[in-house]
Amino acid sequence: MSPTMKRSVGVSVVFVALAAVAAFATVDIGQFSGGITEADAFIINQLLLPRILTAVLAGASLALAGAVFQSVTRNPLGSPDVLGFTQGAATGALVGIMAFGGGALVVAVSAWIGAVGSGVTIYLVARRGGVTGGARLILVGIGIAAILSAVNEYLITRANIVDAAAATVWITGSLDGSTWSGVVILAAVTFLLAPCLLLTSRSLRVLELGDDLAIGLGLGVEKVRLLTLTGAVLLAATAASQTGPVAFLALCAPHLARRLTRRTGPNLVPTLLLGAALMLWADYISQHAIPNRVLPAGVVTGVLGGGYLVYLLAHQRKTGQI
Amino acid sequence: MSAPANRLATRNLTLGYDHRQVVRDLEVEIPDRSFTVIIGANGCGKSTLLRALARVLRPTSGTVLLDGKEIGAHPSRHVARTVGLLPQSPITPDGITVAELVGRGRFPHQGALRRETPQDRAVVERCLAETALTDLGQRPVSSLSGGQRQRAWIATALAQDTELLLLDEPTTYLDLMHQIEVLDLCARLHAAGRTVVAVLHDLNQAARYASHLIVLREGEVIAEGAPDAVITAELVGRAFGLRARIIPDPETGRPLVIPLPSQVTAK
Repeated sequence: MSPTMKRSVGVSVVFVALAAVAAFATVDIGQFSGGITEADAFIINQLLLPRILTAVLAGASLALAGAVFQSVTRNPLGSPDVLGFTQGAATGALVGIMAFGGGALVVAVSAWIGAVGSGVTIYLVARRGGVTGGARLILVGIGIAAILSAVNEYLITRANIVDAAAATVWITGSLDGSTWSGVVILAAVTFLLAPCLLLTSRSLRVLELGDDLAIGLGLGVEKVRLLTLTGAVLLAATAASQTGPVAFLALCAPHLARRLTRRTGPNLVPTLLLGAALMLWADYISQHAIPNRVLPAGVVTGVLGGGYLVYLLAHQRKTGQI
Repeated sequence: MSAPANRLATRNLTLGYDHRQVVRDLEVEIPDRSFTVIIGANGCGKSTLLRALARVLRPTSGTVLLDGKEIGAHPSRHVARTVGLLPQSPITPDGITVAELVGRGRFPHQGALRRETPQDRAVVERCLAETALTDLGQRPVSSLSGGQRQRAWIATALAQDTELLLLDEPTTYLDLMHQIEVLDLCARLHAAGRTVVAVLHDLNQAARYASHLIVLREGEVIAEGAPDAVITAELVGRAFGLRARIIPDPETGRPLVIPLPSQVTAK
């Protein structure tokens, strides 16, 4: 095993350990030292376990989708937040809340349709002459995101105050509504799609060298792009339908993972593990940062992720990379 | 349609981007084991032709033939093991080391699940040695000089382990010393038995290094053959619109093009 590979494995183990610590902190094992009552068992089984599993699965899905988007677009900003899927999911959720009563399942389904619909639209608009350039995906995504943001704001101004509050919490991203049925859906999609995406890792590394070289090396570049983008959009849409579009997680996790492993390429496995750990920690912090006040997890990832992005840009400017 | 005598050839090849036709009805043969250089003025279709030979660009009509069969009809992995390509502007991933980059050239020899084998590593080592980069293997590509970086990309194409090697303007943006460094490397690869095809800008470098020249003008072949036979004052005038005198290069005896002042002079 090469030294970079060893480091990659070591970093991944640390991510798993961090996730485990956050999970135990969330359950707060210490409080049950006097034995577990029936009420405690109910809280653990029906509230905390689905919450932890949702965080793990949604965090991993969003991070993995972000890593794929960044690799395929060859752009460090390629993520669901920038490409418009987040906004599409929000539009779907708003319609679900305002027009169809806002039941958990209805909102999840309509958010999923919104995210996948915006993904398909962006892909079709960005495709020209059978080629989907990375830069075009980003630009079209930004355009669609702007349109959908405007639509979302319009919908919120039209909503009654209860719907608007519900919609805002949903858009920020929160694990409060986690249920076992949500966990089952997330697990099914994640366990189906994540391994498929992990298998494309080598193809993505070749695609990063540019279309011409990748074709020269025998890669079917459009096929790889279509398959990986489809997988990533479905993962991100499913995660967002359960937790709301947790801000910046998909953007930051791949950057952080790459920085810590010091490996080039999409770093899919470490990114996926880091996504799970970050989501758990964001949820834990959001519940404990301000005493007696619970924040949506998306607020924490937004503040930390946005801060990290600014740091990254400032750092790259200093080293002359942008 | 006659069967080609060489591994790589074109028949009635027409190429273009969107609706702009760049190359029309081209019939070329890349002689096996030659160092073929494609030259011509800017916009004459040199790079377009090379991209089609590497099946990166699909023909509008006509065919590129590899071993007598349309190149697109071969399995793409087979083509990738036969024809190596260094495109004009490949993308250097952030932070990648030279050895890692060269290793990515092994892609067509690996399966989806197969990890790097000792044989892959041996090929990478050999390619680094062939391009005199052995000592720089662990350095980030971004820290190399222009010539070293170009050698690293050539090593990546070499790691593909192909008999044919296509290089799109491998010397552009390099200073003269690095241009010669890269061309000497191409000459060594040719001498070792490979068929090398390169697009070059510099007529004198083409005359000095090529064993076979293909001269394009506005998408048509206006001359092909050995540099001694092909390069004449008349041809330089037709291909580049340049008045020139041709003398034997005192170093090599190959034709040397001396440009003359253009006839349009300011008063």
